[in-house]
Amino acid sequence: MSTVKVKVNGMQIECPSDATVLEAARQAGFRIPTLCYLKDINEIGACRMCLTEVKGAKGLVAACVYPVAEGMEINTNSQKAYDARKRTLELILSNHRMECLTCVRNQSCELQALAEEYGMEEVRFGTPKEMQPDIEQSTPHLIRDNSKCILCRRCVAVCKNLQHAAVIGPNDRGFSTHIGSAFDRDLGEVACINCGQCINVCPTGALTEVDSTYKVWEALADPKKHVVVGTAPAVRATLGEEFGDPIGTNAQGKMVAALHRLGFDGVFDVDVTADLTILEEGTEFIHRLQNGGTLPLITSCSPGWIRFCEQYYPEFIPNLSSCKSPQQMFGAMMKSYYADKLGLNPEDVFVVTVMPCTAKKFEIRRDDQSAVNGLWDMDETITTRELARMIRKTGMDWSALPEEDFDPDFGEFSGAAVIFGASGGVMEAALRTVVEILTGEELAKLDFVDVRGMEGIKEASYDVAGTLVKVAVASGMENAAKLLDKIKAGEAEYHFVEIMGCPGGCINGGGQPIQPGNVRNFVDIQTLRAGALYSEDALMKMRKSHEVPLIKKIYSDYLGEPGSHRAHELLHTSYKASPKYPGLEADKKKN
Amino acid sequence: MNFVRSHVLVCGGTGCTASKSPEIIAEFNTQLKNCGLDSEVRVVQTGCFGLCALGPIVVVYPEGTYYAQIKVEDVKTIVEEHLLKGRIVQDFLFKEADAHGVEQSLNNTDFYLKQHRIALRNCGVINPEEIDEAIAFDAYKALGTCLTEKTPQEVIEIITESGLRGRGGAGFPTGIKWKFAAASPGPVKYVCCNADEGDPGAFMDRSVLEGDPHAILEAMAIAGYAIGANQGYIYIRAEYPLAVKRLKIAIEQAKEYGLIGKNILGTGFDFDLEIRLGAGAFVCGEETALMTSIEGHRGEPRPRPPFPAVKGLFQKPTILNNVETYANIAWIINNGPAAFNCMGTEKSKGTKVFALGGKIKNTGLVEIPMGTTLREVVEDIGGGCPGGKKFKAAQTGGPSGGCIPASLIDTPLDYESMAAIGSIIGSGGLIVMDEDNCIVDIAKFFLQFTMDESCGKCSPCRIGTKRMYEILDKITQGKGTLEDLDILEELALHVKENSLCGLGQTAPNPVLSTLRYFRDEYEAHVVDKKCPTGVCKGLVEYKILSDKCIGCTACARVCPVDAISGKVKEVHSIDPSLCIKCGSCIAACKFGAIIVE
Repeated sequence: MSTVKVKVNGMQIECPSDATVLEAARQAGFRIPTLCYLKDINEIGACRMCLTEVKGAKGLVAACVYPVAEGMEINTNSQKAYDARKRTLELILSNHRMECLTCVRNQSCELQALAEEYGMEEVRFGTPKEMQPDIEQSTPHLIRDNSKCILCRRCVAVCKNLQHAAVIGPNDRGFSTHIGSAFDRDLGEVACINCGQCINVCPTGALTEVDSTYKVWEALADPKKHVVVGTAPAVRATLGEEFGDPIGTNAQGKMVAALHRLGFDGVFDVDVTADLTILEEGTEFIHRLQNGGTLPLITSCSPGWIRFCEQYYPEFIPNLSSCKSPQQMFGAMMKSYYADKLGLNPEDVFVVTVMPCTAKKFEIRRDDQSAVNGLWDMDETITTRELARMIRKTGMDWSALPEEDFDPDFGEFSGAAVIFGASGGVMEAALRTVVEILTGEELAKLDFVDVRGMEGIKEASYDVAGTLVKVAVASGMENAAKLLDKIKAGEAEYHFVEIMGCPGGCINGGGQPIQPGNVRNFVDIQTLRAGALYSEDALMKMRKSHEVPLIKKIYSDYLGEPGSHRAHELLHTSYKASPKYPGLEADKKKN
Repeated sequence: MNFVRSHVLVCGGTGCTASKSPEIIAEFNTQLKNCGLDSEVRVVQTGCFGLCALGPIVVVYPEGTYYAQIKVEDVKTIVEEHLLKGRIVQDFLFKEADAHGVEQSLNNTDFYLKQHRIALRNCGVINPEEIDEAIAFDAYKALGTCLTEKTPQEVIEIITESGLRGRGGAGFPTGIKWKFAAASPGPVKYVCCNADEGDPGAFMDRSVLEGDPHAILEAMAIAGYAIGANQGYIYIRAEYPLAVKRLKIAIEQAKEYGLIGKNILGTGFDFDLEIRLGAGAFVCGEETALMTSIEGHRGEPRPRPPFPAVKGLFQKPTILNNVETYANIAWIINNGPAAFNCMGTEKSKGTKVFALGGKIKNTGLVEIPMGTTLREVVEDIGGGCPGGKKFKAAQTGGPSGGCIPASLIDTPLDYESMAAIGSIIGSGGLIVMDEDNCIVDIAKFFLQFTMDESCGKCSPCRIGTKRMYEILDKITQGKGTLEDLDILEELALHVKENSLCGLGQTAPNPVLSTLRYFRDEYEAHVVDKKCPTGVCKGLVEYKILSDKCIGCTACARVCPVDAISGKVKEVHSIDPSLCIKCGSCIAACKFGAIIVE
């Protein structure tokens, strides 16, 4: 890699020759404020917050996109740059509905932080405090309030560049510019996959998840309800961030303790149904492999991916595993196995999950997700962020919380289930089981490192009892689209494919704690969070789904064999193609 | 080939077409046939002559007789008198406003005398829909010279030496631009033409495309040869249907003749051209926005670097030049760079086309050597303000330009002199204002244009222009303060210095230049709460003079908001809180009893 020497605020540094002024400044230890910039995703130089003085340049330069050059002299904090940023900030604030104290992003808002940093004492124009909300809420997962939108377009960029959906973009122009869907259709009328990546990158409160906490509070307060909660593998890897823990802290013990203190009647782990998924999906895979079934088999844990497949690649629906997602299996098992075991009326069991995911809010009301007595498998699902809000609301002192264990009725799981939360984890978990079943021998080495890591597309092949099993793993829909196109074109052939809706998998899900742009741009949060899961797996005694005693017991006592009729009733579902432009389809019907 | 003794040239530009020039042409053909002259006299539809205020224009050669404002019914007389009997029809001649008496040849009129037509050389001369006519006037000769006698390097050197600078607004040296693109490695490069002329009041590019489209095609092919590109795109706004039609015809004919396409003139050089229609967004005249639009995306600018010469259209090295810039290229090749750079000033060479508009007698297109003074253009060529009104200011460069006060009317029109006084040459719009124009209102008008046309991508332009507009609106309503003027100036400088692209960087120019030269007029609005010209309705009051009002009630009866009261035969009065200043009462009063203060 070639380098150049530049001076940042008088300090000489050597940085990569393809670095930007922003990166060079960062290397020298100076943070330049940004709002629109997302590395590799949204490099548009639009917000003008990063304007910086470079000696000899014509005017201030946008540090986020301006390349360094040999001998460049950068002054990140000149009065001129400071004044320009402050004025731009004032303009942005003049068109941002200011209700900071009642905003869900209070104290996690990047705009608020900048206003504080730049000492904004007044906003001399516009009427930001009198602005009215401009709400769009047509999907189960997302609320957009354009009165708080600062048009940084990070959401537009992730939707298009990471998620291949491109269902939002700027409409109109000039001061009337606003983010919306084509022809100002509601989000519910376009092929949104509910992934919530847009929320994760929103610097303000313009994009938020639909709040489901009040329904959970209601259930908890209802003495007739037996309220159980299950947490997804990826939640423990991130929840601590909401309370100031370093990124990559495993907060399982405190999380369980907090859930107990919130008053849930059962605090369980969705990891258990992740293990069930491996048994069901593994069996399905072996069946397809040995009986000439549709291959590659593609995983179905991620509801964002499922929506993407149904809307964008319906030709792959036959490839999808018929397994419900672990969340839905959890709900179904709570209202069947668990209710039976405790002698509860399934109608009184209120099932909540904590998910790293906003698409789960869509999934729980899919019409194919009801296994017991016509009841929804799931009652409510909240994101990691919503759980954090519930914890804060009760005044619990996070640092003082003890470490507690999941409740025993549904709390025993494998390391294989834990790594479900990272891209490649489901594949690795499945391989640990499938290979042992097919070979009839115990695996000498449980780590399938080829499918680990945060690359968008990973490929590997394994000799399993004389058959070369080819697998691929993709996360983020742009990567998935690339992989599926290759398969479609006959350029690649696989037996088993794992696809996760969000880049990096659930650890980077749309319901995860929001990290500001200046962290996302310079810290590999995906790898750090995944690390928390892989370390837990490495330390666990049980690392294979088929060896977990609880799983064996569930099958022997209740489900019979994996893939049995009972298992199918409770744990499997089906998918159908959805129009890519549901709004237009609806119009056609009307006419 | 028939011998033709006379040519009748009828302007087929958009303005004259709207004034029925196609019908005039048809009538000429009918009348000539009736007189048996159809084999001796040829009627030609040409491009714009420039003097649009006097259209439709008909010129008869070989005499060069210049008939103005011709109607269909006049044609019979011209045919029977002039073409049959050889008697010029004095009544229809273009009459100079000054005391020259009746002029006969258009080149001797004040309007044309100081002009030097290079870019417009064939406009109003040839039929733009006939490639043979263009070729007769040297079209594609320069392309042939370049392809057979010059290396790409030499072509770039000629253009560099000529001193030609971009005519679209920024004035970047064309030769240098080509040199950068030529130096960018890569097998695929593009040549683009910016025909997205969007300044209110500017129509020079349209006129060139309508009048001499082959000049553009030829220049783009030359540019392609110079930088190593085989594909060109002409980005033209869909609101220019006639220009689009003629471009299409020209491309088709040039392809038929082997002057565009594969293996041009047997030299092995390929150059193809495509037209891309723009949807009329002003920002798409900005080079990176234009390219983004050609690529099929929302037309928005991209940060530079990378510059288009390195990564432009479809991420390939690209040059983009304005129509008028291209219109000079072949002339420079044919006549040599010295013939071009001997005109103009030290740093601004050649000629520039200006679109004269606003409060000026001779509205139209003029092409003058760089460095001609504003006074020469306004007074000598343009004929001054109509109705003997006093010249107050001129806005050059459209909404991105600045406002030049009467005190600076002797400033030469060239890039440097304009920049020094806070304006720009821009694409060549020149809007004249007289003493009746309110300068704050004018600044507001131009700012509203750029505010509406901002693409909305960067914060300073999107929000800053809006906030500036709000302040100007407040001032014109009489609600402004001196502090507002300071904030206005601060915001204007902020938007100018920190916006992403040229649109935002120039949008505040009308405000900044009027604040600089007409601060007293702003202060009259905010301190005295008066609009000196009476244009700002929020600052004027309608009053009834008690000594003149006879109580006829005419005013009260026409007032649409019942703001006037009074008994019959008694003096009436206007309630200022109700009055909407529509002026109906003034029109209705026969006694001059109502005044505006």
